This record gives sequence, structure tokens and C-alpha cells, in this order.
Amino acid sequence: MTHVLEARSLVRDYHIPGSLFRKARTVHALKGVSFAVDEGKTLAIVGESGCGKSTLGRIITLIDPATAGELLIDGRKVDIAREGLTSEMRRKVQIVFQNPYGSLNPRQKIGDILAEPLVINTKVPAGERRDRAMTMLKKVGLEEKHYNRYPHMFSGGQRQRIAIARALMLNPKLLVLDEPVSALDLSVQAQVLNLLADLQDEFKLTYVFISHDLSVVRYIADDVMVMYYGEAVEYGSRDEVFSNPQHSYTKTLFAATPRADVASIKARLARKNAA
Amino acid sequence: MALLEIENLVVEFQTATGPFRAVDGVSLKVHEGEVLAIVGESGSGKSVSMLAAMGLLPWTAKVTADKLAFNGRDLLKMPSAERRKIIGKDIAMIFQEPIASLNPCFTVGFQIEEVLRIHMGLDRAARRKRAIELFEAVGIPDPAERLGHYPHQMSGGQCQRVMIAIALACNPKLLIADEPTTALDVTIQKQILDLLMKLQQEYRMGLIMITHNMGVVAETADRVVVQYKGRKIEEADVLSLFEAPKSNYTRALLAALPENATGDRLPTISELFSEQQTLEGAAR
Repeated sequence: MTHVLEARSLVRDYHIPGSLFRKARTVHALKGVSFAVDEGKTLAIVGESGCGKSTLGRIITLIDPATAGELLIDGRKVDIAREGLTSEMRRKVQIVFQNPYGSLNPRQKIGDILAEPLVINTKVPAGERRDRAMTMLKKVGLEEKHYNRYPHMFSGGQRQRIAIARALMLNPKLLVLDEPVSALDLSVQAQVLNLLADLQDEFKLTYVFISHDLSVVRYIADDVMVMYYGEAVEYGSRDEVFSNPQHSYTKTLFAATPRADVASIKARLARKNAA
Repeated sequence: MALLEIENLVVEFQTATGPFRAVDGVSLKVHEGEVLAIVGESGSGKSVSMLAAMGLLPWTAKVTADKLAFNGRDLLKMPSAERRKIIGKDIAMIFQEPIASLNPCFTVGFQIEEVLRIHMGLDRAARRKRAIELFEAVGIPDPAERLGHYPHQMSGGQCQRVMIAIALACNPKLLIADEPTTALDVTIQKQILDLLMKLQQEYRMGLIMITHNMGVVAETADRVVVQYKGRKIEEADVLSLFEAPKSNYTRALLAALPENATGDRLPTISELFSEQQTLEGAAR
């Protein structure tokens, strides 16, 4: 069986041009990352800001080309630097961004936001676009009356639902989620995570879930890849990575995650009283 | 005697559709050397109630309270010149976005020395010496050099350290930290929380930690106040809150934590508690 997504030693360099005061230099954002994800599975990419996880997300979503290495989607090699992006490929991969306040056009109605991917990538007639947008709206837990409203009339959680609905309009196989819940409150976060799980079951979606919140990753991921300075320092199944982290950075990451269980609170209070 | 004592605080904003109550009868106390966490979702009034205590709300806000006393002195009744001597000196605050809360036009050294000049009246040499001391205390490497840097030259974590240094400049008795680590990575969050706890112990400060992250509460607090829609829902010491939460809202909050998940779906807050019941049961 072919993987839905496969990456073979992906490299991405950014060239920063020199100026009067500064020499030109090259930033190695990705230094040869390889992984594979099967249909209906979730790969979580974890790391701190600047480790290259969003760069990787952009390459997988076919927004930026890789400098070197191979990207295979649905078993087919894709190189947007050479061939450009076909609407067929665009239909396969979609992305949900972190900030639902910035990723929706404030001057577009929700209905138009949802129909836009169809306008750009398909020849679906207007009536059907409307029907599909309506169906998708209900699928993500919103209502028909929301169709003609503007983004500012929605809360953060609702906006993230709209962004997810828009990403699903083209029935993609692969969905890249770039920190989809980190801007949301705890209760809303739970709702959105549940929605993502429901949609994954229903549409057999494959997720690439970019996050720095380990508790969310542990809950949602099948495989976990930990990145550090552009390299994948740890890659394995969720249980392997969480029960037996190998790399020192992964261990630091686990140690830094706050614990909310009673035993750790007791331990902390005991330490404090002893001090 | 409590360091900060708030009784029945109400904050209302005038809006086009009539007054909006952001804080509705909140009472709380913080003692010397104590860490109080205020937890709630966005819109629960946790930041607004502390901004009201600091007197940092715009004039459109109407603040009333039966009592709003710091160290036994009523903040609402004293003249504003008097109050400004306390704010920033004895009560200091750290905000969520470290990079946005520093002035990009001035060096961080200027900004920390400004506080020392206004509140402590130190001369130039003494200010510089104290600024270096403070940068050392918050773990900024090479402090003398760093004083000449602008905020954009520093990372988010470094900027938050600068903010903490500015807040600590006048040895405050009470430090209010409003989501101090929300914008930071977990590893940096850990460093900043450890730093805050260490300094809190060293200076025996009262610390109010405003957050929506239950993990941060568990790692730092002595006592916890849970707020929902402007009201106080529950108050308990940290262990009893996590062990046996009394309010169904708190229980729902804890159940919605991904690390507490048991099935393959997370319980959502709306399934687990009725708003009506919670608000009626709220300690008013």
C-alpha cells in the first residue's frame, strides 16, 4: 500500500540577501527530514518556535517548494518548483492555520469563504457550490443561518470550525493542521479536537498535526515526530516516543510540560514545604 | 492582614446596547508570600478584575467595590496621585505579550531605569547598577551589554525576563502576572515559571497568577479562584481543587484536559455542566 504522504530527506534553505551592512547568509530551516503517513492516521510534529515545523507544514501543503528531497503525495512525486501546482494536487492537500482571526477574510461572508476553494479549483456550478457549502457548515457544527454572516460575528472556536470547513470543501485526503487549537480556550479546544476526530473517521482523512502542546499531541496522534533546529530528532509511534524518549531534547520537552495530576501537585507542595 | 483585599468588585462597561458587566461581585484576598491563581476562560473577567485593582481600566469602565484595599489602605478612596505611588512600585504587573508590552522605541535599559527614576529617585549611576543587578536576578546573560538593546533584538522569553525585571525593580509586595507564559514555548514557559516561583520565594511577594492553563495552576498555585462569566465559581487550595472540585464547572474544566482523556472523545464543557446551575451556585 502506498502512503498518503511520504517525505524523503526534505531540505529547505532560505537565502537572506546581503545589504550594505550585512553579508548574505543562508538559513537551513529543514535539514533532511523523512517520514511517511498512512491513510486515516495522524502524524504530530512537535517542536519549539523556529525549529522548522511550520516550514515543513508549508512544504507539505505545497505552498513553498523544498530546496532538495522528495515529496510524494498519494504515491505521486510532486515538485511545485518545476511543474507548478495543479488544481488536482490542491484538491488533495489543504491546511488549517493557527490563528482563526487572521486566516478568514473579514470582508467575505461565510458562504463565500466556503465556496471559494470550489470556484478556484473546480467547475462546480454556483447552485451546487451553495449546497455543498451549506452541508459542510452543518457538518462542522454550525447552522444554516450562519451562511450569510461575516467572520467578526463569530467566536474563536466557531471561526476555527469555519477554517476547517473551508479546508474540507474540496474533499482532501490530507489535512495539515498548523497549531489549530493553541489559540483556543480549554473547553473550545476539546470541542474542536472532537470535531477533528469525527471528521477523520467520516472522511478517512490523514492529518499532519503541528503543535507544541504535548498533552494535545498525546491525545490525538498515532505517530510523533520531534523536531529541533530543522532536524527530526525523534520519530516513532506515539507510545514509543512518550514511554521511551531517546533524544535529550525530547526529554527536556517532556520535563517542561506542566502536569495537572494530584500526585505531582502533592510532590510540588512537599518540596515547597521542605524548602 | 491580607495584602490585597477585594470585596464585591463590580466592573461595568458602557456599550451601545447598555451596560455590560464584565466582573460581577468578585471577592478575594491575597496574603504575603502566597501564590493565588485565578483561572477562567476568555471573557471570565479574570484580567479585568486585576486591571481594576491596578486602576488601569479606561474611563468607560465603572468600577465599584465594597472594599478594594492594599495593605489596609483603600485604593478607590485615595487621590489618584497617591495611588500612582503604589501602582508600579508596591503592586507590579506582567502582561501576556512580552514583546508588545515593551516600548519598541527605547532600549530595555532605558525602560527599566525609567521605573527606578520615577519610583525610587536613584541617581544615574545607582540606577544602572541596580538595573544590572535585576537583569542578573532574572537570568539575562551579559546584563551590562543587554541594557543597550532594543526589544526587537531579543527573543520572546528574554523580553518576558525584562518585563519581570521591570516589575521587580522596586521590590513590589504584590506581583500580578497576567498569562505570563501563554505566548511562549513549553520549554521557555518552564524557565519563566521556575524563575517567577524562585523570585516569589526569595522576596516573599504575594503573587497573583492569571491563567487559563490548568497545568500552570497545578505547577505554581497555593490557592485557586475559578471564575466564569465574571463571577467567582469556586475558591479552594490547589490540592483540594484538583482532588475534589466542588463546582461542576471546575470538574468539567478538569475533564476537558486532553491528558485526562479516557475514551477516544474528550468530554466537552457544555455536556458536563449547566450554566444556570453553576451561576446560581456561585459564591456571590
